[in-house]
Amino acid sequence: MSATTVPVRQGIYHKAGSLRRERRWALITAYISLIVAAIIMLAPPVYMLLTSLKTSAEVADQSGSPWWVRDPTLENYSALLTNRMFIDFFLNSAKVTILVVAITMVISVLAAFALGRMRFWGSQMLATGVFLTYLVPDTLLFIPLYQIVGGLGLLDSAWGLVLVYPTLTVPFCTWIMIGYFASIPKELDEAALIDGANWMQMLWKIFIPVALPGIIAATIFAFTVSWAAFVYPTAFITTPSEMPMTIGVVSQLIRGDTFAWGQLMAGALLAALPPVVIYAFLMDYYIAGLTAGATKG
Amino acid sequence: MAEVSLRKIVKAYEGDVQAVKGIDLEIADHEFVVLVGPSGCGKSTTLRMIAGLEEITSGDIAIGGTVVNDIPPRDRDIAMVFQNYALYPHMSVYDNMAFGLTLRKFPKAEIDKRVTEAARILDITPLLARKPKALSGGQRQRVAMGRAIVRDPKVFLFDEPLSNLDAKLRVQMRTEIKKVHQTVNTTTIYVTHDQVEAMTLADRVVVMNHGIIEQVGPPQELYHHPATRFVAGFIGSPAMNFIPAKLEEASGALRVVLSNGTTLDVPEARTARYRAHAGKPVLFGIRPEHLTDDKPTDKTNPAPMILTPEVIEPMGMETLAHFKLDGAEISARLDPATPASVGQPLRLIAHMDQMHLIDPSNDKVL
Repeated sequence: MSATTVPVRQGIYHKAGSLRRERRWALITAYISLIVAAIIMLAPPVYMLLTSLKTSAEVADQSGSPWWVRDPTLENYSALLTNRMFIDFFLNSAKVTILVVAITMVISVLAAFALGRMRFWGSQMLATGVFLTYLVPDTLLFIPLYQIVGGLGLLDSAWGLVLVYPTLTVPFCTWIMIGYFASIPKELDEAALIDGANWMQMLWKIFIPVALPGIIAATIFAFTVSWAAFVYPTAFITTPSEMPMTIGVVSQLIRGDTFAWGQLMAGALLAALPPVVIYAFLMDYYIAGLTAGATKG
Repeated sequence: MAEVSLRKIVKAYEGDVQAVKGIDLEIADHEFVVLVGPSGCGKSTTLRMIAGLEEITSGDIAIGGTVVNDIPPRDRDIAMVFQNYALYPHMSVYDNMAFGLTLRKFPKAEIDKRVTEAARILDITPLLARKPKALSGGQRQRVAMGRAIVRDPKVFLFDEPLSNLDAKLRVQMRTEIKKVHQTVNTTTIYVTHDQVEAMTLADRVVVMNHGIIEQVGPPQELYHHPATRFVAGFIGSPAMNFIPAKLEEASGALRVVLSNGTTLDVPEARTARYRAHAGKPVLFGIRPEHLTDDKPTDKTNPAPMILTPEVIEPMGMETLAHFKLDGAEISARLDPATPASVGQPLRLIAHMDQMHLIDPSNDKVL
């Protein structure tokens, strides 16, 4: 009598039938989820676009489907684009954003290079500290910052925003750049050191070109944050001529309980245009930057 | 071109871990020296200290007579080739090679001349416009060497440059490196864990283990006259066989009695050298190539042994046979024509003029 039983040989057991059928099901499921997600994401901007093409009378008219424009018009756009105040909002946003992006990139690239590449006492702790500051929300910070900006006499001025926005952008951008620099092999700086580079040359000639996707990702982030900032300008700016787009549109096109819906939507769409254009051109870089290290061969 | 000297070099990390424990080494001008040893033996750390990429805890490093302890890498006039090539990915091959010269503000014509010449030596002229991404591993390594050559430095440093290449390419690039050294004749320090690379490339091999130098010498000397058990076992492939034994003296002649009782006569030429150890336990060392099948043609101090193979590995030009002798793993190189099979006792010949005896108390070769 044998203590062990000989296992019965079986064919390969496969539940779902064929591989091809499994793949088809996976694709169908993926498409359904993607279509649902796209509808949810796209409904608000599409609604904005439709509303911006309606006259005030049509917006107010409750009969019929709101998803249909009966009498399309560009009068909302022309009203905004010929309005000096609206042009000022746009220029304020542009000025603040360009300066903030420039300041952020200079600080965060230098900081990330130092924190990520030059080993010095406390560098690890500092890097963590930089990230922790990002975790404090701006809704919490605007009260103490109000005191500081006021103390500097920059309340009610776009320059105050140039000073304040980097507190949001620098920590995150530094963090992205530390991660990106960390994905560059150590031997590359050693080769540069031996080739005769000093730290600045190494940063300028090796790290910045190699880390360009990361830098672009950080730039887009800084751009988006300062272009779309709402809490700080709401708190610090009251004079229309100093307002950026985000609060200008809202504060000037809502009079008491009268909403100029058509113009509001047109303004919001125009405000969203620059980020959309930038994303469209730099999307590939942005994704490459955020997934740094994962695909480095 | 310059000589390099290391004097009492120590590298200690936090927590008193010593990676390099006070080594002395003199490397002559134009010499090709290979530092070899298992991982963690301190060879790479030593090279990086010479490069200036690691600080020295104590001791002196001199290049061309100047102590360079506090001189940054860029001013040491050295060039280094890394294991992973470390090419600048955004620059063309030409720019990679020219980078060091550009930083040193060489005139354009001179840079062009040097890069063209190096590309010719390395046979990479058609690749000059390409980016590193578009190169194969072997080509990348050539570019890395080109980057070193154009600088015309005092010393070349190689840190395991062939470890990332496949076996065939490795052999090819090995020859290439030797050729380049014969052409440019720069003092070269080369780190590898591969003893074949060490043997084939070096004028002198430095065998390191646990942060100390076990032995320095030309490849043939390390092979024939290893100083320690470690060197004896590290140099040569497959590794030397070590069999516990006892050295006995009978009427003036010496003989080795292996742990399984086999008795092997020590050649007369060696008796004077070993006599002091008569009666003591020793480790009998014999390389697989000196433990062969019994052929009537080679009869230099033959000593027969009967062993039963456990594994047979036919390699084409030879056959490796593995045995167990009282717990010790033994291998022998057989003529491929020898009909050997697992489990069939085999009569082998130990070439006693190539034997080694090791004092087990201090692992020194007698």
